[in-house]
Amino acid sequence: MRTIVNIFHQLGRWGEPVIEGIIRLCGISAIIFVFGIFFFVFREGMGFFFGGLDIVEFLTSPEWYPTSVSNKRYGVLALIAGTFSVTVLAMFLAVPFGLGAAIFVSEFCGPKLKETLKIVIELLAAIPSVVWGFIGLTVMNALIIDLFNVPIGLTMLNGGIILALMSVPIIVSIGEDALKAVPDSYREAAEALGATRWQVVYRVLLPTAKNGLLAAVLLGVGRAVGETMAVLMTTGHAVKMPTSPFDSVRTLTATIAAELGEAAVGSDHYRVLFIIGVLLFSITFIVNFVTDLVIKGIREKA
Amino acid sequence: MSPDKKQSKSYSVETRQLNLWYGDFQALINVSVKVVDGLITGLIGPSGCGKTTLLRCFNRVNERYGNVTTTGEVEILGKNIYDADVSLPELRKNVGMVFQRPNPLPISVYENIIFGLRVHSERRIRKRSDTDNIVETALREVHLWDDLKDQLKVKATTLQLEQQQKLCIARLLPLKPRVILMDEPCSALDAKGTRTVEELMLELAGQYTILIVTHNMAQARRVSNECIFMLLGEIIEHSHTEDLFLTPQNSKTADYIEGRYG
Repeated sequence: MRTIVNIFHQLGRWGEPVIEGIIRLCGISAIIFVFGIFFFVFREGMGFFFGGLDIVEFLTSPEWYPTSVSNKRYGVLALIAGTFSVTVLAMFLAVPFGLGAAIFVSEFCGPKLKETLKIVIELLAAIPSVVWGFIGLTVMNALIIDLFNVPIGLTMLNGGIILALMSVPIIVSIGEDALKAVPDSYREAAEALGATRWQVVYRVLLPTAKNGLLAAVLLGVGRAVGETMAVLMTTGHAVKMPTSPFDSVRTLTATIAAELGEAAVGSDHYRVLFIIGVLLFSITFIVNFVTDLVIKGIREKA
Repeated sequence: MSPDKKQSKSYSVETRQLNLWYGDFQALINVSVKVVDGLITGLIGPSGCGKTTLLRCFNRVNERYGNVTTTGEVEILGKNIYDADVSLPELRKNVGMVFQRPNPLPISVYENIIFGLRVHSERRIRKRSDTDNIVETALREVHLWDDLKDQLKVKATTLQLEQQQKLCIARLLPLKPRVILMDEPCSALDAKGTRTVEELMLELAGQYTILIVTHNMAQARRVSNECIFMLLGEIIEHSHTEDLFLTPQNSKTADYIEGRYG
């Protein structure tokens, strides 16, 4: 310990700037990496994006036939619809459960149960997505076939449920933080006016913490949009405009994961997969950006 | 204490052998006290003597901290509020509380005042004109109407502290409480704010029984009719404010008001 202190003393006037420079580099590196990734993904797709791809057809046609011999078609509308439908279904299930659990953990349960629940919820967040996919493929698949009497269980419903289970831990922990940030004096004031605990929750806490709770939901959405392996394994992977929760669908992420290995490097197919990557990147970027704006809204008000 | 002198009066709060523990620590020891209806009663004593704890017993807001044990009786409006069949919302409707730090809810001035009514009559949809009247009456009673009549939509947490504290008093009034508990209501305010809140208390006395905890002995002398001196969880002396300050019966009281400790 002493020697380290001595070294710093000997570095003298050089020590400070060197250390400051290293720390500065660590801070800036995140920006460099993000732009780097965006640049390289875009560079791979660029050749086709500017030469040959009909961008309107790309975004509006549901026909995805990248390997057809006579007539290759690159329409991702069905894939966008797949991602969108699975995400919406997942949020439809995860938001009530997640926010309900956050309210319970933060406001209603005792300290012991609270600790246990928080540990278990973090554990839930730590399960690898391929394990979730495996559960969807075996347990959920059989369950859906049995319960709804449908021929196949690898559907939008299956993917939505698995994604919901994966998003709930994020929604719970961020949502609980948002509720914890509400000053206790508000609860005390409302209770002293005779409000019951439930009235405190929906008349005081929800309005006060609404930005934080919205941020929790949006982070859950981000997770659901970006998730790959679990949806690849559970949704059935069929390119199809979904019409019911019992349809198989395919998502943007799963398409990249499944096809990139097969596409010849430098081919149109290869490049269009990178363009899908850019599209995904943009979607998650927008979701995160909106989340940031919302969170900033909280800070300014507080 | 001179019980015979008080016999003709009616009491709005009476405690009998009240004991309270936070975990293993006993904060109140055999507290038996009668608070006269319609007067301002001051609770004084050094920090940690239990005066705030006693105050918080009267609307059971102490129970928010899980490890509280209470024995004995507190009778408010002829009912022991520690009975099993007591409804907390109903109790807190009758016994309002003003806190040390002004704590208006982070909603509009208007909604703050109407909050109590909304909480207590969830089902009934009130007419806008009714609630408008209620808000105006409450704000007029605390002399905030002229300052705030154009700012009813403003978020209450952005007001000046003095206005916030008066708003916290005003929001109790639509519930027509019988007792108002005040826990050092002026300690966050400046001299001018303190004076206006004290004047307000004197105006409200009579309609309401007011109990005020204060560290400020001069304030206790200015506003209270009766005074209770507490030390280490026990009531040492309870009498008319002038008597307590001019001719204290107990040497501990005398030492405290002369500033030998506390």
